[in-house]
Amino acid sequence: MNDMLFALDQIPVGAFGRVKRLIADGGARRRLLDLGLIRDTIVESLRKSPAGDPIAYQIRGAVIALRSEEASKILVEII
Amino acid sequence: MGLTKGSTGLNAIKEMFDVTLESEDDIVVALAGNPNTGKSTVFNSLTGLNQHTGNWPGKTVTNAQGRYDYNNGRYIVVDLPGTYSLLANSVEEQVARDFICFGNPHATVVVTDATCLERNLNLVLQILEITDKVVVCVNLMDEAARKKIHIDIKKLSALLGVPVVGTTARSGKGLEELKDAVEKVAMGKTKTNPARISYEDILSSSITEVQPYIQDKAGDRINSRWVALRLIDGDESLLQSIDNHLGFDLTRDSALQKKLKNAHERLTRDNITMDSLRDTIVSCIVRKAEDIAGEAVSFETKTHNKLDRKLDNILTSRTLGIPIMIALLGVVFWITIQGANYPSALISQGLFWVEDRLTDFFLWLGTPPWVHGILVSGIYRTLAWVVSVMLPPMAIFFPLFTLLEDLGYLPRVAFNLDHFFKKSCAHGKQALTMCMGFGCNAAGIIACRIIDSPRERLIATITNNYVPCNGRFPTLIALATIFIASAAGAFSSIAATLSILAAIVLGVMITLFISKLLSKTILKGLPSSFTLELPPYRKPQIGRVIVRSIFDRTLFVLGRAVTVAAPAGLVIWVMANITVGDVSLLTHCAQFLDPFGRLLGMDGYIVMAFILGLPANEIVIPILIMSYMAQGSMLELDSLQAMRQLFVDHGWTWLTAVCMMLFSLNHWPCATTLWTIRKETQSWKWTGISFLVPTLTGNVICFIVAQGARLLGLA
Repeated sequence: MNDMLFALDQIPVGAFGRVKRLIADGGARRRLLDLGLIRDTIVESLRKSPAGDPIAYQIRGAVIALRSEEASKILVEII
Repeated sequence: MGLTKGSTGLNAIKEMFDVTLESEDDIVVALAGNPNTGKSTVFNSLTGLNQHTGNWPGKTVTNAQGRYDYNNGRYIVVDLPGTYSLLANSVEEQVARDFICFGNPHATVVVTDATCLERNLNLVLQILEITDKVVVCVNLMDEAARKKIHIDIKKLSALLGVPVVGTTARSGKGLEELKDAVEKVAMGKTKTNPARISYEDILSSSITEVQPYIQDKAGDRINSRWVALRLIDGDESLLQSIDNHLGFDLTRDSALQKKLKNAHERLTRDNITMDSLRDTIVSCIVRKAEDIAGEAVSFETKTHNKLDRKLDNILTSRTLGIPIMIALLGVVFWITIQGANYPSALISQGLFWVEDRLTDFFLWLGTPPWVHGILVSGIYRTLAWVVSVMLPPMAIFFPLFTLLEDLGYLPRVAFNLDHFFKKSCAHGKQALTMCMGFGCNAAGIIACRIIDSPRERLIATITNNYVPCNGRFPTLIALATIFIASAAGAFSSIAATLSILAAIVLGVMITLFISKLLSKTILKGLPSSFTLELPPYRKPQIGRVIVRSIFDRTLFVLGRAVTVAAPAGLVIWVMANITVGDVSLLTHCAQFLDPFGRLLGMDGYIVMAFILGLPANEIVIPILIMSYMAQGSMLELDSLQAMRQLFVDHGWTWLTAVCMMLFSLNHWPCATTLWTIRKETQSWKWTGISFLVPTLTGNVICFIVAQGARLLGLA
């Protein structure tokens, strides 16, 4: 139903997002895919680092920190 | 076994991967796995002390190998770099992939983390595509039990089609079973039937286009279906590896290129671009991992990570994260300084008692004085100093640091500090390479391989020396204790701790500043992408940590220091005792360097101690003591107080101590580190720059501090 897509770094801490699209290509896209960020993967925004960036996410059972440059390339719908 | 195990395989292993086999019957076992799965613990538990690691233990960045015997068979275990995937984004992934693919190990053990199995299955599935001689080791079963995660090993084995063994490597549980499974797979007694990923139809038909050709060319030496898929996916590095290891060049094979072109055209007709092709391939693997984990893993509670979250709330908190980090480091140094004093005095008393007995012995033998001079006053005394100054702080510092490492704290440090590295256009993992540098800068430099981007790796390499390594801590600790702490009276060890903390914070700030400077000048560029895993916290095994850090690190570093200290002691003694005119060679050199040393707030002897300390920083203070004492004022040096007196007699003030501490923090890397930089960068130019940059920094800082303090009339 919800067509609104957000960049992953924009969703609030504690919120869950469902991956809809990656707007990266080449090596950057490959690295995101290697984390298991395929379509419909559910990601939880866990915590911000002391400076606010990077942010740690729960992705497929692992906790991964992403800088805003990478996280902004992951478009999710908030669930 | 036949052809695949033939001489080609063994030769390839020997030449390409530097694996030493004692006989043709040795069974080669590759150990693969994600980072942080306790892979090194499995390696250590399997091989015990029968191993040699070429680098910093615990962090496998080059191949380490070890040996164990089981049922009359001799097994050579090759520890591969920890990777999340084999789709070759980095050097480590390529090394691991090439070994599994071309090294023809008799079995590959994939170590996985029971608490995070789904993510680990990704690598397992990729390895199963290359080889069917696989044993999956589900490690950290105790952690999983603690978190109430249940893993159905039998079901997992059925789903993957290969033997699966649950282990708790740090207490040795499950290892016999693992050895048994490895034996059966290596001998071909267990027939495996690996789960293959079923790619979507369109991809399968493209694979069919290319596979037979590869099969024709390479025969059984390589899994043709997998190679076909990788080539369609445009993996250039694999072509290079095939050329290197199998000896035929496919890049100019026009028939193959034509087939690949056909396959791509077929894909394009179905609207599949290179990017979406990669998406499809990865999605198929990830979904499969998800399915398997869904069937074999069950969580009793939803909050199994609650404790980790709570700890992270504190340790990476917005307000407390960084202060806690500095405080933790402070506690480590305080314990080191407090704890090292007493044993240090005890050891030096003991060793100097032995020196007196040695002197008696030489007198009794009636050898000429120079024999006693070289052997006892030169070599033995320097050794005694190195051991008594270095051993106690190391024996305390290393276990404490390893404890933090085992706990999983270091990635949190990187998480807390990443923002600053990003601002300096550097890589967040540079914080991790710096942590390694605390132990040994050469190890820190090797650890820089975890940084993929060449530009950022060079920045991390050049600036690693700003982190004081274990060889320089004794210098910092000794100077801080005798000059800064003694002024603070009752709070002496706290004052010493604070001044060392200040030195480290300064080192980090210089690192960030120089990184930024390099990014804006000779290494222009933008920060590249960065992902960092924050692994679950683990309960450290205290006993194991102590044993491991003493054997692997303390004795290793001490051994290295002793080997360079002996010849250095000889050189110093000879220089102090050969006179030109009526002054010794040592004094000549020191006098020559003196004006320069004074400019930097030190003296000629100190500068010379740093120069002679090039082989290893550990020997700087012993050399200095030797040279001061060789000047004639022979005295018993059995306490830090005596050392202070010796230095004060040679005109030291607090400024001399501060400048020497600063210069110790900022000067050329030791010979081992330089040699490592040369090896890692393959370039004399970058080795030279890594020498010059910290040296210039040290000169500038010491000059400013010394002249500033003098101008202000402070010293």
